[in-house]
Parts: sequence; structure tokens; C-alpha cells
Amino acid sequence: MTGGEPSADTAALRPLLEVSELRVAFRAERHTLTEAVKGVSFAVGGQSTVALVGESGSGKSVSAMSIVRLLPENAEIAPGSRIVYGGQDLLAATPAAMRNLRGRDIAVIFQEPMTSLNPVFTIGDQIAEALRRHVRLGARAAAARAVELLDEVGIPRPAQRVRSYPHEMSGGQQQRAMIAMAIACEPRLLIADEPTTALDVTIQRQIIELLARLREKHQMSMLFITHDLGLVGEIADDVVVMQSGEVREQGTAREIFETPRHPYTRALLACRPTLDHRPARLAVIADFVDGRQPPALSDAPRSVNGHDPVVLEVRNLRKVFCMKKGLFSHEAVAAVDGVSFTLRRGHTLGVVGESGSGKTTVGLTVMRLHEASGGEVRFEGTDLLALSDAQMQPYRRRIQIVFQNPYASLNPRFTVGHILLEPMAIHGIGSGTPERLAIARQLLRRVGLAEDALGRYPHEFSGGQRQRIAIARCLTLKPDVLICDESVSALDVSVQAQVLNLLQDLQDELALSYIFISHDLTVVKYMSDEVLVMSGGRCVELASADEIYRAPRDEYTRRLLGSIPQGWRTKTGV
Amino acid sequence: MTAFILRRLWQMVPTLAGVILLVFFLFNWVGGDPALVLAGKVADPATIANIRRQLGVDQPYWVQLWIFVKQVFTFDFGRSWSTNEEVAHVILTRIGPTLTIMVPVMLIGTTLAVLFAVLVAYVRGTLTDRIVMIVATTAMSVSFLVYIIVFQWLFGFRFGIFPVQGWTDDFWTNLTRYAPLPIILAVLVGLAPELRLYRSFFLEELEQDYVRTARAKGLSEARVLLRHVLRNALIPILTNIGIYLPGLFVGSFLLEVFFAIPGLGREIIGAVNRSDFPVIKAVTVYLAMFTMLVNLLVDLAYRFVDPRVTFR
Repeated sequence: MTGGEPSADTAALRPLLEVSELRVAFRAERHTLTEAVKGVSFAVGGQSTVALVGESGSGKSVSAMSIVRLLPENAEIAPGSRIVYGGQDLLAATPAAMRNLRGRDIAVIFQEPMTSLNPVFTIGDQIAEALRRHVRLGARAAAARAVELLDEVGIPRPAQRVRSYPHEMSGGQQQRAMIAMAIACEPRLLIADEPTTALDVTIQRQIIELLARLREKHQMSMLFITHDLGLVGEIADDVVVMQSGEVREQGTAREIFETPRHPYTRALLACRPTLDHRPARLAVIADFVDGRQPPALSDAPRSVNGHDPVVLEVRNLRKVFCMKKGLFSHEAVAAVDGVSFTLRRGHTLGVVGESGSGKTTVGLTVMRLHEASGGEVRFEGTDLLALSDAQMQPYRRRIQIVFQNPYASLNPRFTVGHILLEPMAIHGIGSGTPERLAIARQLLRRVGLAEDALGRYPHEFSGGQRQRIAIARCLTLKPDVLICDESVSALDVSVQAQVLNLLQDLQDELALSYIFISHDLTVVKYMSDEVLVMSGGRCVELASADEIYRAPRDEYTRRLLGSIPQGWRTKTGV
Repeated sequence: MTAFILRRLWQMVPTLAGVILLVFFLFNWVGGDPALVLAGKVADPATIANIRRQLGVDQPYWVQLWIFVKQVFTFDFGRSWSTNEEVAHVILTRIGPTLTIMVPVMLIGTTLAVLFAVLVAYVRGTLTDRIVMIVATTAMSVSFLVYIIVFQWLFGFRFGIFPVQGWTDDFWTNLTRYAPLPIILAVLVGLAPELRLYRSFFLEELEQDYVRTARAKGLSEARVLLRHVLRNALIPILTNIGIYLPGLFVGSFLLEVFFAIPGLGREIIGAVNRSDFPVIKAVTVYLAMFTMLVNLLVDLAYRFVDPRVTFR
């Protein structure tokens, strides 16, 4: 595909889809245009998989949605752009012709299965709708076909599940239903827009395998959009790397992974932590500009020894949620059930598990944002769970938390200065506003933001910058323990690397102890001395990070680890 | 679902007790001595004492409270102080005219508002959309009184299509002859704010991911709106209906006054003016009960629109 020529794998076939010089701009207020896609060209051959890879704002989704013209209403495709599908110029097609094409020839799977399915119709109805529209099946035939499709995408008891509403299914099943809907009319091109990003790692693996199998079986082509290069190596024949609306590099998956030429591709490959290495610092994009090669760093040692003082000791922590059931009865659900661990000064405990495993509840219960139902949380010997609210107050300062979503966890009406000064005022840190302002300025510099950030509002910052503000907010209180609850999960890989580096530096500098909660096993491995694996509210395994990844003892841990996308290596191994 | 209804009815007991207590104490503390009100300006102490005994206000508080509770549950609030008509009779006869006006207003108004909102949502962002919104905003800004007077003059006097005002004892005559003008008025006046609100519900739903999925299936924009968006938008619309439904019974005071309709709204205002405590108390308590029932019905109705709602 390099230079517009088809790659070796697809040379025999004429490209099914050709996108050339695609330019898309968004109309903002006062008729200003912001260009999101700046002359992108790529092709998808028959029966092959092309991956569009890039971080947020790279224009990968906009490019893909231009193909089926599902762009937001304020988007404009510039003249001169060309999208040719099976010999037909899609940009010249009428809206009616596009509707005939959508769902029948080109189908789409979206990122969030929960919100992408209509909540008030059954799965069966929603699948049948496409069939009735394009294949002109009757109601009965369409319903029967929906059951077959659900069976094909691996949903158990399809005859019953066809009558389920989306909210009655798990995220993985919802995505399977979305896939069933997409393949219903036997499309020739399947556009999968981050189809596994919202899913747990084990489910992600299943969905990827399902997509690969279906693509093969139905002889489709697939355009796979993702921010995760790790996934691409397993599924794609060709890869298109995008950044800021432009194609940085394209080639076969082998070329991209083995001989990446563009610095941005190299940076993307390097800034994601891997399981076999633990450099003292992750590479960031800036290391690669101007074709520089970042210095190879020695691996950082990670382990726990008996010398460092214990900061936090959690014994048999339990948290039960009550749910109403029937007229008078309640049903108790244990979100956390008998979890114990020890956290030492300057060390990191990683907590991993899938959604619903109770990992977040552990963090919230330890700092008493949820009241525990049982157990002990000993902070320097004092059981926090036994304290009254007033007695707890001085300890609140010492355990702080950085949440997952930097867009939702900062008050949008507060300036950054207000956000940073408020906790200090509550806990009486600093003698007055001038001293607190000085502390705030110093902390902003420390987390890598300019001092003028003080007067600005959260929406003026990017996701990574907001997470830095959240970290600075925690640091104002000089905490001993920092709970990072999926703190880097919402960030792009390159930004994630920067924030992880910051967290590492702060730990070394301030001897902070981290409870690092994440569903991302590679990131946890990179950050942690010890790892706690959770499933169904229980601790499945607790061991040093190296040990757990080298020799997992529990079956569940093995399954989790086996689901991690392996990047290019598995592909070559097959 | 039965368990849910039973629990909700059970939960109404303390609320109702609260309402009864509140009404009782408000009238006893704020209302002043009813005997003084009743006896008129020139009254000797004996007459006042006599009235006090008749009303039972010389009894201790807890006895009076018990009497009030009994009144609530036997639907016997005695007689109106000003007209000497039985309170039960007052409410039963005035509710009919109010409903004759307000039920059609609600049904027609809601249907039209939803219909227009869908149409406006379909042409969103166009000149038509903007013109409709400007007209709606302007229409909202003009006083209700202006509409009443203009419509009475136009349809009643100038064109003579409907009588300017009036009411009979016959339901059909009322509905076909006297009710249409106030109904048309109330629908038209209520339409603008509802249309604006419902339009925003539709536009919000149009932003949702499932709309994109529906479009990705190749569905037409009309089908996306009428099938996928409409049912989801009905959820907030239902909430909105639940909020204004209890107001239905009080009706529109202005309409009833200007069209000489002997309805509940006019009766309540009259009762307040005359310090007619039994009528006010009865209406307050029953309206509270009705509001609670409407809330329950709306919660039940959610289940039919939104499968995610579970009765717990």
C-alpha cells in the first residue's frame, strides 16, 4: 500500500474502497472552519483488514465516518476529496443511494455498545430492522434470521436472548449483538470504530477473534479503527498511522511493526509499556521528533522488601450493597469480599480486575468515600473504619484519589486556582491565601503546567493536562497515599506515558505510596511492586508484580494475562 | 409490579399524614378564629361562643385533629360557610365543568405539541425551524388575558362561531357549544412552551449514539425520528406531563372566570376570597392525594415506554 500501490497480500484484488485526498472540516460558530482531516488517502483491498491507527484528534474516526457519510451535521467534506467504493463515487451519491448502501454493502460497529443500541427496543427488533429494510424479509423471517445471527456471533440461548433489551446484556454481549446487526445483510465492508475500547480485556480478545473469524467466513473487508497499536498487530493486514488529520505512515503490518519509518510511529510503538520491559521512564513523543532515538534506559527494579515501613494495612475489607427486591426483602451484593493487603511507603500496589470485580470499590472504601461493611483499614496503626467523621478528618488529607475521567472530576465552574486552594483551606494548609497560592504555583510547575493555569478553567485544558491538575490537587495536601483509580485509562497512549512518568517521578521524590487501580494489565505491571488480582469482589491472587506475570498461579489470572494484546509477536508466531 | 404498587401506596401514608397535619395546623394558627369570621361584624359573645361550639373549635386540638381526619376519610367536610352548600356537593358538581375543559386541552395539547416537535426536529436548523421558534417565543411572551379577550372578540363577537361565554347542565351542549373556544385558547397558549420543550427533548435524543446506529442501518431520517427517537423522547415528555397533570383539576382559573364556567378553579379562588375554610381544606387535601396518585400512575407508565425501568 505504500505510495498508493497495493500491498503484496492484496495485489491480486482491486481495492474495494479507495479514499483519496479526503479533507473534512467542521463548521464552528461564526462560520469558521476547523480542518479535522487534511488530505488523507488509503485503500482497502478485497477481503483484507486495514487498520486506521491514531490518537484522539487524529481524524481516524472522521475519515471512516466520511465513507458512510455519518458525520455530525456541521461537518463538510471538501471538494476534491474522493471516496470510491466498488467503482462507485460515494461523494457523488444521493442521500437515498447512500441509505441503500449503508447497512447493506457497508456496515458499521461503534465503540460504545451500550449507547449505540437503542435502549427501548429489543435486540431482535433492532437486528430485524436492517433485514427488513435491505433484504425485504417479512417480520417472521427477519425475526428467525435474527436468532440465527445471534447464534453465529456466539450469544448463548439466542432464541431467548433475541427478546432481550440492551440493558439486560453485558457489554460483550451487546457488542456481539451490534456485530450481528452489522453482518445481517452480508456487507462487503465492515467498519469497526474502536469496537473493543469500552470492553474488558478478556472480552476484547473474544470480540477480536470473532471479528477475524466473521471477516474470513463472510469474505468481507474490514476497516478497523483503533488507538491501540497492540490490537492492530493481531488483526490487520495493512496499517495506516494517522496524526492530526494526516497520514504519517502506511504499509503492511509487518513493515509498521518491524521497520517503522516515521518518528511518530516509532514513538507510538515505544510509549506503550510492555510486559517484558520496565524502563525507569517511558518514552514519549517528544523523544522521537527530528528522528532522534531516545536513550535506552535500564530497567527499574520493582519489588517489596520488609524494610520499608507499612503505611496502610487492609484486613478482610468488605463492602456490601443492598438492593431492594420484592415487597420487603433486600438482596445483599458483596462488591468487596474479604480483601487484604499491605502497602509500604514509597511502593505501589497494583489492583487489576475486569469491570464489576470490585477494584474501584476497594479504593473508595479504603478512603471511606464508601462506608465499609466490615474489616479493618489500618493507617499507621489506626483503624480508619473505627473513627468518627471528626476523627477521620485529619486522615482524609493523607489519602487522596485521582479519578478516571478528567473531564468529569474537576468542577467546570471553578478555576484551577480555586480547585487547588480549596482543599488547602479546608485542611488548614498554609497560613493564608498568599502562601497557598505560592504552593499552588509550585505544584503546577511540578506537574508540568504553566503558572498562568491558575486563572483558567478546566475546559481549557486537554485530558492529560486535566489529569495533571487532578494530581496537583491531591499533592496540595501532602498525602502519604495516592489512589489512582483508572487515572490514565481515558488518556491517549502518548499522554498516558507522560502521566505515568510524572507519577513515577513524584513517587521517587516524595516517597508516595500508590494504590494503582486499572483494567490495563501492562500499565499495572509497569507501575507496581505488588499486584492484587480481583474477580467478583474477591482477591484472586496477590504477589509481586514480576512473579504474577511470570508465573501466575490462579486460572483467572492466567486467562487475564492470556487476553493481553501481544502486538506483533503473536502474528509472527501463528 | 403488585409489590411495587403496594409499597408505593404504603409509602403514601406518611406523606398523607404530613399533608393532613400541615393543613390542620396552618388553618388553626394562620387562619384565625373561624367563629369571628362567621359571626360577622356585629356579634355578641354568646353568638360567637355558640358558633365555636357548633364548629367544634372549643375542643382540644387533638379532638379537632381527629374530627378533621374523619372528615378526610368520610368525604364529609360539612357545609360551606358562605353558601351553606355541602362541601362534597361543591366539589362533585364543580369538577365536571373543569374536566370538560381540561381533559381535551391536555389530550389535544400534548398530541399537537409532540407532533409539531417531531416536525420541527425533522427540519432542525433550517429557516422554518428558526421561524417556528421565534413565533413560539413571541407567543409565550404575550399575556394570557390578551388571548382571551382577542379570541372572545374574534370568534364570539366578530365571527359569532361560538358563544362568548356560558354553561348549561347538559354535557354535550357544553362540550360542543361552550367548551370549544376555551379549549382552543388553552391549547394554543400551552402549545408554544410545550413545543419548545419537546423540541429540545427530540434534539437531545438525536445526539445519541443509537441514532447514528439507526442511520448506519440505512434507515430514512423519518423512520429514525418516528421510530427510534420518538419512543426515547417520550420518557422526558411523560415526566413533564406528570408534573402538570395535577394542575388540571384546579383548572385554569382565568378561563373559568372569563367564560363563566362553574368549575373548580373558580370555586377555589372564590373560597379563598370568602375565607371559606371547609372548601379550601377539602380541595387542598384531595388535591394532594390526587397528585400522589398521578405520580404513581406516571411511574407505572414509564414501564411501558422504557424497558430499563424496573419496579423495585
